[in-house]
Amino acid sequence: MINPDEQILWEYGFFKLNLTIATTWGLMLVLVLVSWLITRRLSAGLEISRWQSVLEIVVLGIRDQIKEVGIPNARVYLPFLGTLFILIAFAGLCEIIPEYVPPTSSLSTTAALALCVFLAVPAYGIAESGLGGYLKTYLQPTFFMLPFNIISEISRTIALAIRLFGNMASGVMIASILLSIAPFLFPVIMEVLGLLASMVQAYIFAILAAVFIAAGVREGEKNKKDNDKKQNDG
Amino acid sequence: MLIDWYTVGAQILNFLVLVWLLKRFLYKPILKAIDEREEKVRARLEEAEARKDEARKEKEEFRQKNKDFEEKRESMMNEAAEEARNKRRELLEKAREEAEELRGRLEKAIREEKENLQQEVGDNIRREVFAITRRVLSGLASQSMEEHMARAFLRRLREAGEEEKKELAEALGQAEGKAVIRSAFELPSALQEEIQEAVCGLASTGIRCRFETASEKISGVELTAGGYKIAWSVDEYLRRLETKLDELLSEKEKEELQTTTASDGSS
Repeated sequence: MINPDEQILWEYGFFKLNLTIATTWGLMLVLVLVSWLITRRLSAGLEISRWQSVLEIVVLGIRDQIKEVGIPNARVYLPFLGTLFILIAFAGLCEIIPEYVPPTSSLSTTAALALCVFLAVPAYGIAESGLGGYLKTYLQPTFFMLPFNIISEISRTIALAIRLFGNMASGVMIASILLSIAPFLFPVIMEVLGLLASMVQAYIFAILAAVFIAAGVREGEKNKKDNDKKQNDG
Repeated sequence: MLIDWYTVGAQILNFLVLVWLLKRFLYKPILKAIDEREEKVRARLEEAEARKDEARKEKEEFRQKNKDFEEKRESMMNEAAEEARNKRRELLEKAREEAEELRGRLEKAIREEKENLQQEVGDNIRREVFAITRRVLSGLASQSMEEHMARAFLRRLREAGEEEKKELAEALGQAEGKAVIRSAFELPSALQEEIQEAVCGLASTGIRCRFETASEKISGVELTAGGYKIAWSVDEYLRRLETKLDELLSEKEKEELQTTTASDGSS
């Protein structure tokens, strides 16, 4: 088992550059560079370049998925959820590069992403329906559900992190194990399977994050509407 | 320990930076481009719709115009046909009137020609009659007949009315007593003396008569003095008869003319 967190490439006092961070930077660089290269010459006309078309398909696909989850204003959540998906998917896709260890196979990375989701849910909820409106969601459907709501909030974050980590780490691990005991052809098939699994994981992670955020936002919205209704009735 | 909290913090930071960077370089421009394109497409569709509407309106307008034009054309055609019918009727009426007038004129001309012919024929007959009479009488003319005529002249002279006698006397006075007696043949001297006496008896002053023969005269005796003339001759007689006949004919013509104009006016 290789933990990329433990492979320190460079260290200076408090700062240490391990493989996870370095790989993540590499991925970020490639993603931003490609995006910049393509989007600097965007066409708003009816004739568009192939690369622009690819990016449009990706962005619109993500947006439509967010909409399907049930978030009406998908554009607000697109950068966060889209980046989650793109980062995880790209990290998984790069497994075809030899000697590459995906940063998502580090529990630290998956925990970081899960923490981001954990923080994003209340953040979006508060932004959508205010602090009071969001906090009321913890009292749904009754006051007694408060501890269970809090437990569910924490547990799903942990589940999110562990699930992604487990899948990513297992993919890498299985490949390395098979490589040591089986002939050359078999790991290739496993590698293809791993690519598929990483795509599925990216999708699941992003969708789950979207669902959590949607739940938080929608509860808040519902409370807000109820309040408005009461005020109007009163 | 599987979780390195330092790395977790660094990855959270990395992730947030990536979110910001992708938002800046990917989502915003892409969505902007898509929005712009959609806007453009919508604008084009709207424009197309507007043009379609316009085209439909124009088509409707043209159809209406066509219809109007057709109706107008039909009405104009009808008008023109009506006008042509009227004109034709008018022209026919006019032609009929003209034909009527022409026929009337022609009839009148024929009538006039007929009358003229009749008159001419009448004139010719009259002339012929007189010519024949003259020829016959000139053939018959002789000395003894001349004597008879001279006697008839004498008788006429003697039996002349007071008025005539007075006029003759005045004429003789103006001619200073010179009178000319013309006859076709030489008159016997006894007869000449008798005539001289008769003339002298008419005027108070002495009168000298001169006797001449004029071969152009058919027969008869004629006395001229000054501007006055008294005669008894076949020529004279015939001329008087002719004059009388002419007068009679002209009177009759006048009457006829009056009746025809009256009849024309009434018709």
